[in-house]
This record gives sequence, structure tokens and C-alpha cells, in this order.
Amino acid sequence: MDDDAGGTVLFVGTIRNQTNGKEVKGLEYEVYRRMAERQIAKLEKEIRKRWPIKSMRLVHREGKLKVGEVSVVVAVSAVHREEAFEAARYAIDRVKESFPIWKREKLRRGRYAWVKGTPIQNYPASDRSISESQTNPREIVRPRTRSLVEA
Amino acid sequence: MIRVKMIYFAQTREAAGTKGEEFSLAEQSSVRTALSKAFEAHPKLKPLEKAIKVAVNEEITQEDAPLKEGDRVALLPPVVGG
Repeated sequence: MDDDAGGTVLFVGTIRNQTNGKEVKGLEYEVYRRMAERQIAKLEKEIRKRWPIKSMRLVHREGKLKVGEVSVVVAVSAVHREEAFEAARYAIDRVKESFPIWKREKLRRGRYAWVKGTPIQNYPASDRSISESQTNPREIVRPRTRSLVEA
Repeated sequence: MIRVKMIYFAQTREAAGTKGEEFSLAEQSSVRTALSKAFEAHPKLKPLEKAIKVAVNEEITQEDAPLKEGDRVALLPPVVGG
């Protein structure tokens, strides 16, 4: 935690027990890890351009998860709460539409159904120059709490 | 000839029946050539054609982009994280 941060917004996404009235037993996530790590680095770069945040961490799980389990965590700290809320909201929205992640619902009687997605959104061309030396995506996607990224 | 690695996820993985495979393509081949070969090898992929985005070496790429030896060509169905 940064001493000059006045607030940290923590978003925790969990697995719901139903969708559109259908009972859901759990979710199974599939992740293009190599690309997702790059997207996290790009997302952090973009957010830092738009909001004066102090720190951010993003963790997304993969594999099978049960109802009530945590699937995604976004944490953003900033000097003031406004930018922390806005940046965290922006980050979770991008995770939904810009990350190479897929999920299928486990329904009754052991059936699975893919959740309908949207075509993956590209990042601005100016962000293509990002190199892995500028950021450390491994640290962002794989924090010390291994249980959060290991299914 | 160049060799490229095809990678499939979620619905494209199921349709292809594999997580990935290697294709040998003519020099100067484009993403479109690799896609055509994938559709030919796995006809079940064809209905997903309109929904698929392609990433080459983890960057989303247009179909006319040229490929080179060792490129990773990923067929990405519509995504939904969180």
C-alpha cells in the first residue's frame, strides 16, 4: 500500500447460482494466458494515462469454480477515491470485453453451456509498442496468493 | 515453406477437436491462408468464421497480415471474462 494513497477500491467478482432463471452449479474458465498477461500490462498502462492512480492489481482465475467462489479481483489505489472508483470500474469492464477469456456454465445433469461473449476488442495502436520490460505482467496476474490464479 | 502454430480456444477448440497444431504454409502466406487451411481441416470451424478474431503472437490482427516462421495464430471466439 502506498503511503500517499487516500483510498483503495477492491472489486471482487464471484460465481452466481443462476443466470436468467437457470440454475448454475459453477463456471469453467478458459484463458489464453500469454495474451491475457499482455492485456493486463496494456490495461494498466492505459489506466495510468487516464487516471492518476497509485497502484493496481488484477487477478483472474481459470479452470473450474463453484458457486460463491471468487473469479476476479481488481484493486486500485489512488490519492482520492473518485479516480480509484473510476479506474476500478473501467478495469473490470475491460476484463469483460477485451481479455481472451471464455467461460462455460455447469448446468444440471452435468451439462455445460458456453456463455455468450462479444468479439474481443483491440487496444489502440499506440499501445502496441508496449514491451514486457516496461511492466511486469507476471507479477500482476500471479500475485503471491497462488490460490487465486490456480484452479 | 513456413511453419506456424495454430491455437484454438473454447468453441474453436471444441470445433477443431484440438488445442493446437502446426501448419506448413507457403512463404508470404497471410492470416487468411492459415484460416482457410483450418476451415478445410476442421469443417466444424466454418460456422464460427464470422465470430472469430485472430491474434498473431498475442496481438489482434487483420486477415491480410503476412505470417512468418514460428508465428502463433490464435482463433479467438467471442470473449467474456469476469
